[in-house]
Amino acid sequence: MFPASFGYVAAHSVDEALVLLEKHGDEGKLLAGGHSLIPAMKLRLSSPRTLIDLGTIPGLRGIRVDGDNLVIGALTIHADVASSDLVRKHLPGLADAANVIGDMQVRNRGTIGGSVAHADPAADFPVVLTALNASLVVQSSTGNRSLGVDEFFTDFFTTAMAANEILTEIRVPIPAAGSGTAYVKLPHPASGYVVVSAGALITVSSGSCASARIAIGGLGSGPIRAVATETELKGTSLTMQVINAAATKAAENADPTEDSYASADYKRHVATVYARKAIEAAARRAAG
Amino acid sequence: MTAEDEYAAVPIRVTVNGVSHDAVVEPRTLLVYFLREQLELTGTHVGCDTSQCGACTVHLNGRAVKSCTILAVQADGAEIKTIEGLANGDIFHPVQEGFREKHGLQCGYCTPGIVMTAVHLLETNPHPTDEEIKHALEGNLCRCTGYINIIESIKWAAAKMGGENVSR
Repeated sequence: MFPASFGYVAAHSVDEALVLLEKHGDEGKLLAGGHSLIPAMKLRLSSPRTLIDLGTIPGLRGIRVDGDNLVIGALTIHADVASSDLVRKHLPGLADAANVIGDMQVRNRGTIGGSVAHADPAADFPVVLTALNASLVVQSSTGNRSLGVDEFFTDFFTTAMAANEILTEIRVPIPAAGSGTAYVKLPHPASGYVVVSAGALITVSSGSCASARIAIGGLGSGPIRAVATETELKGTSLTMQVINAAATKAAENADPTEDSYASADYKRHVATVYARKAIEAAARRAAG
Repeated sequence: MTAEDEYAAVPIRVTVNGVSHDAVVEPRTLLVYFLREQLELTGTHVGCDTSQCGACTVHLNGRAVKSCTILAVQADGAEIKTIEGLANGDIFHPVQEGFREKHGLQCGYCTPGIVMTAVHLLETNPHPTDEEIKHALEGNLCRCTGYINIIESIKWAAAKMGGENVSR
């Protein structure tokens, strides 16, 4: 299978890529690792006239601590996120997610920025980054702006980024002491994509749950926050009974679509199970 | 601008198995077809052609990747290793030897990709557990016989590379 013919330009800086993006307009498409875009192009689901390669831009790959945030360059591959000592120390839930995306070869090529910007409803990073309250830094010719994750994923394969913006960084707040993060997923047995997944960030202070963010994937056009579950966890001592009861509310406001693999009821049920697993794992890590 | 200009072929330089190649490729050329049809390195196979099966696995700058999901132009400036570059003359790489000793292949179609995946695994994790081997093999499909002997082959190679006296 071959993509339809297209033109190729390698960008060597974000500024150059922005100029190229402006020049090619709707007919230009940004290429990162290409592990969502190239398969879509081979199936002719996408036939951009020009690909603007970001892979040739130095400086967009890497993980660093900046104040209270872990900052991940948009071109950082999944394998680097999964094996990063900084990620494993501060945000093990993010490493959980990076380590179960696709397969080893995909993780060696796919990028976090590509996954986030593509906004596949069955992707892993959008879900865990929602739980972790990440910010997405985007650049345009007029400057940078930072978008909160809760406002970023607006629909199926759609984000709040404007057409003339490029995602450059993912900033993840380093949780306070006493916090735990986790991500678990039920993968589709053939594709490995998310059937249902859950990410959790739990902060415990003086033996009680000070805050909780729970995100569920697979139930809608993007990650959804399990707000009722979060509310029910807060102020409790996170006993097994409390976690079980809170997790049963994880799909309360969800209206998942049925597909050939899973019915809507099944997805809702699995969401409660995986929410529980994610909360338990995060709570265990919070306890050290 | 005519369509021909717009979709103009792009010059690339890649090093494959230690040999530098200058080539001109159409932007839509996938790396696996570049390797097979322009460089005539047909040891890398096309299986599913949809980034599922891993038969097309090669090393790009030292990492196992699926060459059916990479454009040849994206490999400009890269170091590539294919199955043809693994043996040292007549001396097999220990992973290749392991597949022979432990019957890790039947029809052989998936084998080049699995061997390249296994070599990358052992380069990053010289002593993998069975679970780690299975996790690393998730992106490679074998439809002949299952994976038991493949796992045995990789363990044999790990032992040999670790200097153990391996049985035949």
